[in-house]
Amino acid sequence: MTTNPSLSPRHAKFMSKLRSQGPAALALIPAAVIAIVAYVGALAWTVCLSFTSSKLLPSYNFVGWAQYNRLFNTEAFTSAGWHILLFGALFIAGTLVLGFLLAVFIDQNVRFESAFRTIFLYPYAMSFVVTGLVWQWFLNPELGLQKIVRDLGFSNFTFDWLVNSNMVIYTLVIAGIWQASGLVMALMLAGLRGVDSELWKAARIDAIPTWRVYVSIILPIISPMVVTAAVLLAIAVAKLYDLVVAMTLGGPGISSQVPAKFVMDNLLERANVGLATAAASVMLVTVIAIMTPFIYLQHFRKKGARG
Amino acid sequence: MRSIPSLAALLVCAALASGTASADPMRAEVIHWWTSGGESAAVKVFADAFTKAGGQWVDSAIAGGDQARSAGVNRIVGGNPPTMMQFNTGKQLDDLVTNNYLENLDAAAAEGKWADVLPNAIVEASMRDGHFYALPVNIHGQGWLWYNTKVFADAGVQPPKSWSDVLALAPKLRAKGIVPLAHGGQAWQDQILFDAVTAEEGGRDLYIKLYSSDWQAAIADPKFKHVAETFKALRGLMDDGMPGRNWNDATAMVITGKAAMQVMGDWAKGEFIAAGQAPGKDYGCIIPGDSVYLMGGDVFVFPKVKDGAGKAAQKELESLMLSPPVQVAFNTKKGSIPVRTDIDVSTMDACAQKGAAMLKDPAKQAASTAFLISADENGALQDVETQYLNTPGETADEFIQKFGAAIKASN
Repeated sequence: MTTNPSLSPRHAKFMSKLRSQGPAALALIPAAVIAIVAYVGALAWTVCLSFTSSKLLPSYNFVGWAQYNRLFNTEAFTSAGWHILLFGALFIAGTLVLGFLLAVFIDQNVRFESAFRTIFLYPYAMSFVVTGLVWQWFLNPELGLQKIVRDLGFSNFTFDWLVNSNMVIYTLVIAGIWQASGLVMALMLAGLRGVDSELWKAARIDAIPTWRVYVSIILPIISPMVVTAAVLLAIAVAKLYDLVVAMTLGGPGISSQVPAKFVMDNLLERANVGLATAAASVMLVTVIAIMTPFIYLQHFRKKGARG
Repeated sequence: MRSIPSLAALLVCAALASGTASADPMRAEVIHWWTSGGESAAVKVFADAFTKAGGQWVDSAIAGGDQARSAGVNRIVGGNPPTMMQFNTGKQLDDLVTNNYLENLDAAAAEGKWADVLPNAIVEASMRDGHFYALPVNIHGQGWLWYNTKVFADAGVQPPKSWSDVLALAPKLRAKGIVPLAHGGQAWQDQILFDAVTAEEGGRDLYIKLYSSDWQAAIADPKFKHVAETFKALRGLMDDGMPGRNWNDATAMVITGKAAMQVMGDWAKGEFIAAGQAPGKDYGCIIPGDSVYLMGGDVFVFPKVKDGAGKAAQKELESLMLSPPVQVAFNTKKGSIPVRTDIDVSTMDACAQKGAAMLKDPAKQAASTAFLISADENGALQDVETQYLNTPGETADEFIQKFGAAIKASN
């Protein structure tokens, strides 16, 4: 192509930039439109509806903060908030610890390593619905563990967490850890395998105990894996729904109710779009509030590293 | 030049197509959620009758009421409505009526004298602002107490005549190692039990008042506190595995004799029938107190459609589904009772006849909560009821206070 002499140099530069980057930009437009319309648009619409009195169908009768006012006076929602915090803290911590220990175990060059790896990773191949049902049967006092042990002759044995309002949330934690620790193990194992073997030799020469090497040297090295695992688990916590539906239906009473289930109940069965979108908006704000410090931290760290 | 003959052929084809379209048989696309064995056999009664009348029935069964309703509502709002769609009798369709999406059924109702042959509460539930918008097809009794006759005989107890009787006979059953009351601890089942107790122990007037604008007087009534206490006392009759249990698993406990009784709607009959048991012989059905028949059920609505085939199909279905033979055949399969009080039910089983007899007396008719209050309020009350039943320390007074707060918040 010859440059048109009538064009100013600036214009020519723009044209050449357009020629080189135009097709790429054009190709990205559909993705950008989908992202903006489907994600940002739906998000904005959800927040908008939370200020209306919508019931079965969306309406635009704005009622201010009324839905939020009701939301925070609804025990099913406020207790769901506490449940998800407790679940999230125990689930993330427990899964990270167990996943790391499993990875360390496999990293000892055990026999039948691939068999163990498959076994540990297997629960993750199951959906939360299947996990929930399996654990529901296993923990049901009339069918599962308690009955088996009692039938063996220990008639005083009691393990009724699933039907005990004070303990039921911990059964969700157990099932969640069982399901997700395999994934964390796989991530951590990949990290462990990437550690330079020279480090181990050096540590051995210095006679540092193995546990100390893991805690003080290896863990910091594989910290990106830990962060990745933590983020994946945090996402699972925020959208916790199917496990609860399959395992407890939010019961006994409302003692294992979680925010996502509250949203779905109100959105569909209870035909209360206004309250459901208000609850969804509260979830969104909470997630943003938790994420913002991390994003900030990462941003500044990068800048610091470059400067 | 060759394009002219092909264009002509196209025109002929188009003319033929439109010609056949206008002569098309009635075509009805129906969204419903009747997917279990007995249910799909029941809906086939409608389909067969419609096919016989010269129509074409296109079945769009979607498992799960929630899913089916949201799929149907989305299509109606999106401008591609089904010809006919199922709802539960009650307030679920309010928004569709308000937004003018549904066909007015006054003409068919006048022709079929719906107002005379249907129970009052059903008429009210099918009308909005004095016009019919829903076609009721069945009545499910919600507050039945099912019991295993053999277990009762072995323990030497008589079928209870009131809820106090139920509580009184429990120790005898416990002594035999039997769970007195099989219950599925899911919020909607807790509500079925609560409403059954309210209707009998509190009485019909209290029940109706409770779910009206006069609710404040109802919850202040000492009888309501008695209801709350009875409901809580029933928790003592249940086993530890109750929370989260499905209703049919609880029914199975009664069938196998592991438990003596269950409170559930008449759809539980299907489980007894499937297990080869006979009503009155292997299992019994009673309403303790015998004074209120709590009605639930299903209706069909007719969204506004544009095509002639759909309109004709709607017209046909509006009269066909309420015709006495179709009603008896459908409800026998479904386990419910006919929505008309003027037809002969002597071919139906003992429990259905008992229900139909109660229904003839207007003083015994009461609608289930789904008719009386919004889905929103219903859900909020379920939360309160299930929490009360499952929280050992919660007192009747705390419960009553929360019950009132939930009604207030959702109105």
